Amino acid sequence: MGQLTEIRWHARAGQGAVTASKLLAETALMKGSYIQSMPEYGPERTGAPLRAYSRISSEPIEVHNNIVNPDVVVVLDETLLPIVDVLEGIKPEGTLVINSAKNRDEIRELVDAGDDIKVAVVDASRIALDTIRRDIPNTPVVGALAHITHIVSVDDLKENLIKTFGKKFAREIIDANLESVDRAVGEVQVA
Amino acid sequence: MAEVTVLAATGNMMVAEAFRQAAPDVIAAYPITPQTAIVENYAKYVAEGRVHTEFVAVESEHSALSACVGASAAGARVVTATSSQGLALMYEELHIAAGMRLPIIMANANRALSAPINIHGDHSDVMGGRDSGWIILFAETAQEAYDNSIIAFRVAEHPAVQLPVMTTLDGFITTHAMERCELLDDGTVEAYVGKRRPQNPLIGGAAPVGHGMFASLGGTYFELKQAQRRAVCGSAPHILTEGQKWAAVCGRDFDFIDSFACDDADYILVVLGSAAGNARVVAKELRAAGIKAGVAKIRVFRPFPASELRDVLQGAKAVGILDRSDSFGAPYAPVGLDVRTALYDLDTRIPTRNYVYGLGGADVTLDAMRQAFSELQSLAAGHLDQGLSYLGTR
Repeated sequence: MGQLTEIRWHARAGQGAVTASKLLAETALMKGSYIQSMPEYGPERTGAPLRAYSRISSEPIEVHNNIVNPDVVVVLDETLLPIVDVLEGIKPEGTLVINSAKNRDEIRELVDAGDDIKVAVVDASRIALDTIRRDIPNTPVVGALAHITHIVSVDDLKENLIKTFGKKFAREIIDANLESVDRAVGEVQVA
Repeated sequence: MAEVTVLAATGNMMVAEAFRQAAPDVIAAYPITPQTAIVENYAKYVAEGRVHTEFVAVESEHSALSACVGASAAGARVVTATSSQGLALMYEELHIAAGMRLPIIMANANRALSAPINIHGDHSDVMGGRDSGWIILFAETAQEAYDNSIIAFRVAEHPAVQLPVMTTLDGFITTHAMERCELLDDGTVEAYVGKRRPQNPLIGGAAPVGHGMFASLGGTYFELKQAQRRAVCGSAPHILTEGQKWAAVCGRDFDFIDSFACDDADYILVVLGSAAGNARVVAKELRAAGIKAGVAKIRVFRPFPASELRDVLQGAKAVGILDRSDSFGAPYAPVGLDVRTALYDLDTRIPTRNYVYGLGGADVTLDAMRQAFSELQSLAAGHLDQGLSYLGTR
């Protein structure tokens, strides 16, 4: 299937995981990729653990099912770690991107990451509070994800943010989101 | 030339766009997961003044389709959308709409039926309307849901058809997944679908008429049902013609059956809806390993394309029939019954296995598809009997 990247998102309902997966997918689409972005819906209660899936490929995507062997796992809420095995099924040499104030070694230990797994930690909630003034960590997390994995480029992500957010938000909100991406790119720690 | 916009869209968004572009006079609908976004998006078009459609807010699906029946009989172009329990609640009107030969277009987000409660995708709801006289189309992707929804207007309102059309897409898997889609410009769709020209409308016709009148013993009920069978079966060539006209506009093929590598295939899986791609991915894998696998995806389920399916399947050594619903107590599940009936008219017997899969949205893994193809090889070799089994249960 050409170049296929499969991403699994872990979050709690209301944290913007679906928006984040769409932001990533739309950015990839803008650059000519084929995309799939699907939330796994359960009873929709704010705060309930949820998963979402994204596929990004250079070829049309034919499968329609859950991603069990992701290349990349993104965790928007570290309080999920005790209850969800976030690295379940991750491919060898896969990447974990997580929103946390902890350092990368603590996270490595918490998720029991194998030596081949790349772990990227970004305090996206704090960045979101500083810039967007609300704890919506999705934009900075996608910024860190783009920077670490190159699934999309940070510049394309920002261009898409301006395009899609430009339709519904004021300039200052867009600027705050762009700033949150830059902060995440600068602050993400990789191990 | 058609202008094409490439966008990331869900199946629900694409169906709402298709409906908007066909510019119906009336929409009467009641929200139900996972169809809600179709009606929600359409309500927004109405609120924004982008469409002239009369939005009839109703208190149930029973009323929704009843309102559609009235409006369609009056001569309007009418759409609605539903799912699962909503479609079940419409059961009465499904038959009335078809019996009155009303070209209503209804999108169905295919979803499991209670009990137990489950909001996820399977085909149990649609199968309840299988025998009601509606034309039924299945989409694999959001794009196909868009194309089917547009074609539906030309088919339903065709002077020689005059039947309601259900354009279906799998709940969540297709309704809620965002995919790369192509949207054609409004003018192109408008030009393709044209205007409805009602033959005997309640309003605005040359002479007063009645619809759905009493036709009991000594009346014409029996003959009208015969005419209805002729109408549904007779819609097939028009579905093909109108579908292929749209294919020429949008550049995407249309046929009753979308077959992948079936020409020389030994083992073929027959499937409806969103799982078709999963079967194709495994068929490609098997082809690469020298095993002649194929996939036949049925896009037009009613009228059932029996002779076309026979042509596709006739060279196979074994056929697997995937069913995302069951017909409890019947010898096989709904698609299994139809496909086996179609195969009965062949001179040679092709062994089949019927697989019930993915009920209540259960994930359709590639391993499940591999298992089905592997069992077809055992079946053809005489190591396995025909019959029905559930695929992928724990």
